[in-house]
Amino acid sequence: MAFVRQVFVIMAKDLRAELRTKEAINASLSFGVVVLLLFSFAFDPDEETVKAISGGLLWIVFAFAGTLLLNRSFARELNNDCLDALISAPIPGAALFLGKALANFLLVLAVELIALPLFGIFYNVHWTKQFWPLMLVIVLTTWGMTVTGTIFSALTVNIRLREVMLPILNFPILIPALLGAMQLTSILVSGKPITEDNESWLKMLIGFDVMYTAVSLALVEVVLVS
Amino acid sequence: MTPAVSVTDVWKFFGDYPALKSVNLDAPAGACLALIGRNGAGKTTLLRTIAGFSRPGKGTISIFGSGPRNAETRRYMGYIGHGISVYDELSAFENLTLYAKLYNLPNPGKSALDWLERTGLSRVKDGLVREFSRGMRQRLAVARAFLHEPKVLLLDEPFTALDDRAIAVLQTVLREALAAGKTIVMSTHQLREALELATHVALLNRGSVAFHGPCTPEMVSDPGWVYARYGEG
Repeated sequence: MAFVRQVFVIMAKDLRAELRTKEAINASLSFGVVVLLLFSFAFDPDEETVKAISGGLLWIVFAFAGTLLLNRSFARELNNDCLDALISAPIPGAALFLGKALANFLLVLAVELIALPLFGIFYNVHWTKQFWPLMLVIVLTTWGMTVTGTIFSALTVNIRLREVMLPILNFPILIPALLGAMQLTSILVSGKPITEDNESWLKMLIGFDVMYTAVSLALVEVVLVS
Repeated sequence: MTPAVSVTDVWKFFGDYPALKSVNLDAPAGACLALIGRNGAGKTTLLRTIAGFSRPGKGTISIFGSGPRNAETRRYMGYIGHGISVYDELSAFENLTLYAKLYNLPNPGKSALDWLERTGLSRVKDGLVREFSRGMRQRLAVARAFLHEPKVLLLDEPFTALDDRAIAVLQTVLREALAAGKTIVMSTHQLREALELATHVALLNRGSVAFHGPCTPEMVSDPGWVYARYGEG
């Protein structure tokens, strides 16, 4: 019970701090909207092409926009050496990690849920035919992205080029999850359901989330204490 | 009797460079150990290793017989480093209640208000820390470190860059802590302030302990004495 409370204390602190300044969420959202807008001008695709590329387009935007948020996760703790105080507090590294990961998850998800209708408007696509399956894919992929991003954010927090290092480390690990998400998103945006043929991508996303959550929880203490 | 803080044959390497070389130190319960030494002597590295932020390459650290990363140990350890360790985006009250909750204090709001009162910040409790003056931020840092009534206090140059009021607040809470039998380990360049409180002194020189012993009247009357006698001159 104490563990769950500690997780929520950390999550609430991160959300409150971010929503007071809105530094990272504004940057992430602006980036996402600008990239979606630029692509719509650059290619002017027809409806069928949009449906075919929607998965790739959306997840590239979500991944890069999410990185802007994830970069701030542990970097925020460097101001005034707050990370020292968190590490010296009697909370397990796993609680600290999960609290931060949940806050990041909600922030990245918020950006995605704002960007998605804009994608529909910019590209003139009716993307809501398979709304709930699409939400499931977005939630699963965003959690995977957040978990790996948060642990790498902790790992790179003391590196001078952390803004560059985070995507360099995170994206190769994310390839399987992004592949699955891109495939499934293209299918769902086209209005087709998830069938037995592509169900394995969904299972892979669940496996990815479970595996990287477990690995991150096991490693976070080693990552935080040098 | 188990010492409050025990450092046994601790080595710490940064790459090939040994920042700490076979450091052995003890601080008995209720003592105030002043870690002194020139810049780069290893004081901050030693304090961070004792605090559990950094693992020793070799050797052991124990706080009342347990390792510094033990959750119970951390519950009764307080640390003030070079930064104030409070969030600029949160108010003074929100900062203190955050830490009170992390330390699982029974009444976080009341503890926060008590310490805001003790450090003279209750009038600005709802103000964001980013709007505070330097002195107010430092007093809030003191409140943050003492909030959970730690039995062992690790202070890294606590008097550096403090204004007069913050020095007075810190000296008062440190004297009260010592009177209550708490143990203090502090690194410092401000010898006069530190030796007024210290019961023991350790001089670090290039990562090694050059002197470790009780604080004597010679040291208090002439703070440079220990450097002249045991340092590099």
